[in-house]
Amino acid sequence: MSSDNLYNPSQEFFVDMQRCIGCRACELACAECETNGQESMIHVNYVDRAHTIQTTVQVCMHCDDPVCAIVCPADAISKDEYGIVHSANTERCIGCSNCVQACPFGVPKKEESYDLMMKCNMCYDRTSIGKKPMCATVCPSGALYFGTREEITEMRPRSTPVNSFIFGEETVSTKVFIMMPKGSKELKVF
Amino acid sequence: MIQFVKNLNGKALLTAFAVTFLMLILIFLGSRNLQNFDAALITYLFGTIFAVFGITYRYTVWLQRPPTWMYFKRGFQIFLKGKIFSHLWFVSKQAVLNIGFQKFVYPRGKFRWLAHFFIAFGCVTAFAITIPLTFGWVHFVFAPGSFEIYEAHFFGFKVIEFNLGSITAFMTFHALNWSSYLVILGSLYYLRRRLTQPGVIATQNFESDLLPLILLIIISVTGLGLTYSYQFMKGFAFDFLAVTHAISVIIFLIWIPFGKFFHIIQRPAQIGALIYKKEGEEMGKAVCPHTGKEFDTKLHIDDLKIVTKELGFNFEKADGSSYLDLSPEGKRSTLAKAHLDARLKDGNLFG
Ligand code: HEM
Ligand code: SF4
Ligand code: SF4
Repeated sequence: MSSDNLYNPSQEFFVDMQRCIGCRACELACAECETNGQESMIHVNYVDRAHTIQTTVQVCMHCDDPVCAIVCPADAISKDEYGIVHSANTERCIGCSNCVQACPFGVPKKEESYDLMMKCNMCYDRTSIGKKPMCATVCPSGALYFGTREEITEMRPRSTPVNSFIFGEETVSTKVFIMMPKGSKELKVF
Repeated sequence: MIQFVKNLNGKALLTAFAVTFLMLILIFLGSRNLQNFDAALITYLFGTIFAVFGITYRYTVWLQRPPTWMYFKRGFQIFLKGKIFSHLWFVSKQAVLNIGFQKFVYPRGKFRWLAHFFIAFGCVTAFAITIPLTFGWVHFVFAPGSFEIYEAHFFGFKVIEFNLGSITAFMTFHALNWSSYLVILGSLYYLRRRLTQPGVIATQNFESDLLPLILLIIISVTGLGLTYSYQFMKGFAFDFLAVTHAISVIIFLIWIPFGKFFHIIQRPAQIGALIYKKEGEEMGKAVCPHTGKEFDTKLHIDDLKIVTKELGFNFEKADGSSYLDLSPEGKRSTLAKAHLDARLKDGNLFG
């Protein structure tokens, strides 16, 4: 088997929510992903509709120590050897929404009619064979970028990829990066 | 080895021994001191005893996880508080719909639901027949002084009698065959789905997803084969079929606690989650400080604060306010605002 048919760890995900223009192209692309069957998993929402038209975009950050999986009473969420945190196992998930409310990035979605949680798995059908996730291939503004560290450094010389987030007393580190001002080490969210 | 023993869970071990012991007593009583016990089924009996031990052990270990325990505890607290009959009605109705008919699978796909219903119904009926037979709880005898009328006994007491050659006899003696057909049809559908759908192919693996389906098919095909072998083929390959059937059933039984089939045992928790949500709604909603909208029950958010802490996550600030009070949309917006602030401080909106 040639190695370009496998997950390629040198390609990583870089998000820059300030670049999101709210076009929702990623939402449509996400619904094309084979692993979630016509359901869009990516989130685009207004940040503060009363005061600004700014939108933000959120994919699963694939945490190193995923809160969603640890709070799941049914052991339905698992992390694999590449660090991808998978969507709920369809026969285990009891639809309790623990993961929905505990994820610090607001990622998992509860599909009420299925009584099932579904979430972004970084287009595993694509990334597991070395392709890029759907959303990152369509984003016109560069808010979502999937590629190598060298590529992003060349494209964004004034930014640093950061994957450490502070929520109260908790520090969460993730597989996915966000682009921050050069030299930043972490983002204090709360 | 020592490490293995140390890693065993004491509570679970005790519960598993107690439940297995209780079962042995019931087998003894139900078979009238093993008088009605069918020695031909002894291998199945051992398989079942091991499975019960394993299932109880695994179930008890599972219950001890903080999030599972929270739901288990709250489920019973809610159930036993106040309107107990209304709760009983709710729980029974939801159990029939969600456990009996697995209705929530229907929106995921009509055929997905039908196929699973076939598998579950086929397996449940097969268990309902074979387990009492294996334990010697049910056995069949000729009515006194007759070679035409058959009696079915349960725990040694007569429950029904029927004529050999009647419809009842036909349905009773062939019930396991009907179950087998249902399981084969359902499993073939899922096997096809798993071999053709790109999304499923990407995320499945052989041992945990394909093997269970193959095992169900082997069990059902060899089971059917036993009937056809003695009815139509003069016992052709009967021994081979009998051994293969016994081995595959025992693998299935012993595998229940570890693999895909554990969901059969674990799914009733869904009913707990449903009543938790329903009663939680009556106790009040949580309002997101960012969006100003209700987004979940207050009970759930408060319990989640306890559970996350027990699991070693602390989303609180020094002043006691918690990040978990924000709705998922509120969390995403808070993050975006923090990101914007960092960019503004730097003086460049786009880096
Ligand atoms: C009693 C015997 C049962 C057996 C042998 C059984 C077997 C299976 C198997 C083999 C699958 C996997 C299908 C696949 O994706 O390849 C499955 C899926 C599933 N089972 Fe069961 N099951 C049983 C009972 C139940 C019950 C009582 C429930 C209760 C709700 C249940 C809920 C589910 C769910 C939700 C799925 C996922 C279905 C989907 O999303 O397509 N099962 N079951
Ligand atoms: S971002 Fe949320 S859903 Fe994704 S791994 Fe982390 S906790 Fe789980
Ligand atoms: S909704 Fe499903 S995946 Fe999420 S915590 Fe509950 S059982 Fe686990």
